[in-house]
Amino acid sequence: MSADAATKSPPPAPPAPPTVDAGEIRLEVGDDGGERMVLNMGPSHPSTHGVLRIVLEVDGERIVSAVPDVGYLHRGMEKIGETLGYHRFIPYTDRLDYLAPMSNNCAIALAAERICGIEAPPRANALRVVVCELARISSHLLGLGAYSMDVGAMTVFLYTFTERETLYNFFEYLAGARFTTSYTRVGGVARDADDGWLAEVAAFCRGLPAKVDEWENLLTRNRIWMLRNEGVGVIDRATAVSYGMTGPCLRGSGVGSDVRKDFPYFGYEQYDFDVPVGTRGDAYDRYLVRLEEMRQSARIVLQAIEKMPKGPILADAPKFVLPAKTRVLTGMEELIHQFMLITGEMNPPKGEVVSYIENPKGVHGYYVRSEGGAAPWRLKMRAPSFVNLQVLKEILPGRLISDTVAVLGSLDFVMGECDK
Amino acid sequence: MNPLLASLPSSPGFLDVLKSLGLVLLVAHVMLGLGAILVWAERRVSALIQDRLGPNRCGPAGLLQSIADLGKFIFKEDVVPHHVLKWMYILAPTISLVPAMVTIAVIPFAPGVQIADLNVGILYVLSISSLGVYGITLGSWASNSKYALLGGVRSSAQMISYEVVMGISAVGVLLTTGSLHLGDVVAEQASSGWFLWRQPLAFFLFLTASYAETNRLPFDLPEAESELVAGYHTEYSSMKFALFFLAEYLAMIVASSLVTTLFLGGWSLFGLERLGWLAGVAIFMAKTLFLLFVFIWIRWTLPRFRYDQLMSICWKWFFPLALANVLVTAGAEASGVPALTWVLPVALLGMGVGAAVLAQRRDPGPPPELAPLPAPSSSR
Repeated sequence: MSADAATKSPPPAPPAPPTVDAGEIRLEVGDDGGERMVLNMGPSHPSTHGVLRIVLEVDGERIVSAVPDVGYLHRGMEKIGETLGYHRFIPYTDRLDYLAPMSNNCAIALAAERICGIEAPPRANALRVVVCELARISSHLLGLGAYSMDVGAMTVFLYTFTERETLYNFFEYLAGARFTTSYTRVGGVARDADDGWLAEVAAFCRGLPAKVDEWENLLTRNRIWMLRNEGVGVIDRATAVSYGMTGPCLRGSGVGSDVRKDFPYFGYEQYDFDVPVGTRGDAYDRYLVRLEEMRQSARIVLQAIEKMPKGPILADAPKFVLPAKTRVLTGMEELIHQFMLITGEMNPPKGEVVSYIENPKGVHGYYVRSEGGAAPWRLKMRAPSFVNLQVLKEILPGRLISDTVAVLGSLDFVMGECDK
Repeated sequence: MNPLLASLPSSPGFLDVLKSLGLVLLVAHVMLGLGAILVWAERRVSALIQDRLGPNRCGPAGLLQSIADLGKFIFKEDVVPHHVLKWMYILAPTISLVPAMVTIAVIPFAPGVQIADLNVGILYVLSISSLGVYGITLGSWASNSKYALLGGVRSSAQMISYEVVMGISAVGVLLTTGSLHLGDVVAEQASSGWFLWRQPLAFFLFLTASYAETNRLPFDLPEAESELVAGYHTEYSSMKFALFFLAEYLAMIVASSLVTTLFLGGWSLFGLERLGWLAGVAIFMAKTLFLLFVFIWIRWTLPRFRYDQLMSICWKWFFPLALANVLVTAGAEASGVPALTWVLPVALLGMGVGAAVLAQRRDPGPPPELAPLPAPSSSR
């Protein structure tokens, strides 16, 4: 009997599909007679903007499957925050979305203020609105420039960089650094803006819509630009929502969700602005949404400058807020507070807080859990680029290799934030 | 004596040979020099377009920049990756350079100033310039790299397709001139008007196809740097890369001088060429340089087509239009009404304007119905 069973060998297992080992990502290459190949796009590739890697399985020029591989720039930002504490983490946030450091600074400051139970004074909030919207313009400018460069129109890239230069000069004057601004403090902002600076910024914002029109002239009704972007990378509303996408990518798909409108912070409810929304969810819509957001941002900045309240720029909460530098070496109280806050004697109440702001790339923010002590017990960061990129494997298959760059450009991600 | 040899014109004298050799040397050097200046010009003009300065450190206005670049290329390590097919890899840059250099041989720069006065001039140009694709294809194949391979495949398909359009649109010129001789083509234009006016559609098609032939934006798919890193020359470095680079610029010069010869009247300009052969050469150069400027101008203004769009434009639009142009030109020649050649471009232009006006007038209607949002999951 046993011999019989031995001869009756089990049916042969179906041959395992051939796999291609692309690093840690294993792709099953279907039975295709050797027609397909695996193309490794990134981590070092001109249009993956940083260190995104996409493993593409292509059949000729057509993409069969796409697997985004993130994490090449992982620096353990959340853990750094849990180690350093609220004050000393702020400079690190410059390196998250490094195209809008001002906005990141504001996000962590808001989270820290909410866990400490303090509120920044009105002037600080208005200044934050100004720098956040300037950061949005700066980020969208680079997004637009890099996008158009990937699609072949390199000149727009240089035009947008001319404007970004002005913005960086503004940041330098205000915060002392062009790129690594570290402008906010827990409870306010680091430096006050003088009226001359505000007037310059207002002049820039008044001139911006005309410049946006000029770039539109180069691209929006350009036949080649439309051919490359219309109907490419379509994300319908359901997909966008189910992937948790936020920011211009979500609004391009027709969902008018914006934290500034839905859950106002920094007093955004005082300002009058529109949230542009796309209709088709393709790359072209996302491009149009970004252009319109730049115009709206300029509008918000102008209103904020017009309504700019007078007053202090730091909250009056000496147990949480760093004292003014000028007073530290002359006043005893300030010296003591400075010493205590820096050496880790800061005791926010126990509890947890979720705090989000609308970053240029999407909803960015923190879940903070405090068990007392100078550093959060848990700091969880929501990085919009990370979330938005996940949709790639949904929208790339079936497109051509050239569409990859248009899709990547229209998603407008930044790896510093995605990889945390 | 061999009857074939006897049928040839009497053997050239020693002085003729010397004159030809001198001209060959002169043209070759002028072309290479022009190629170098063109690299500089491209960077300066792009800077002008983009509100920048461009290279202005080496020599007056940065004119020596190309020489500095050349020095860099020569002294760079000449890497031959271990995975390449070596002899083909080394041969490919040369193969792409040579066709660009030898095509210029039949171009008449001025009355009588021409390296080789071939009676099959246009055929020679088309056949030699189609050899250029071999350099790119072999180079990309020999590189044994996926990005290079994709660039090479794109390039072969693109260049072969657009060559067809190029050849057929040149037929319109041939039909009117009645000769393949490039000298005759220019003489015909000098006596009775440029082909730019007499063959407008052919001019447009030929110019566009020559952009595709030289892999320039908006048709620079074989080396689309944002998609394929560098396309067919991804694996090349040092002088081998420089040869590919130079070949591209030489191909531009050849394409411009060809368009000048076929459509812009070559060395003729309101009878100014009667001042002497030097004036003819100067007029020819001026026209060619203007076309080169247009090459650069277009490159820094337009985005890039996608591969499938490029092919569909070629086969669904340009190819039928070129054929129709041949038909209309033949009709115009037979009926003796040369203005007939304007029927097609005017009709096309009218259709374009009409479509644009209609699109403006049309009511966009309500925005498309959006899919409903998914219901929040109840498992939470």
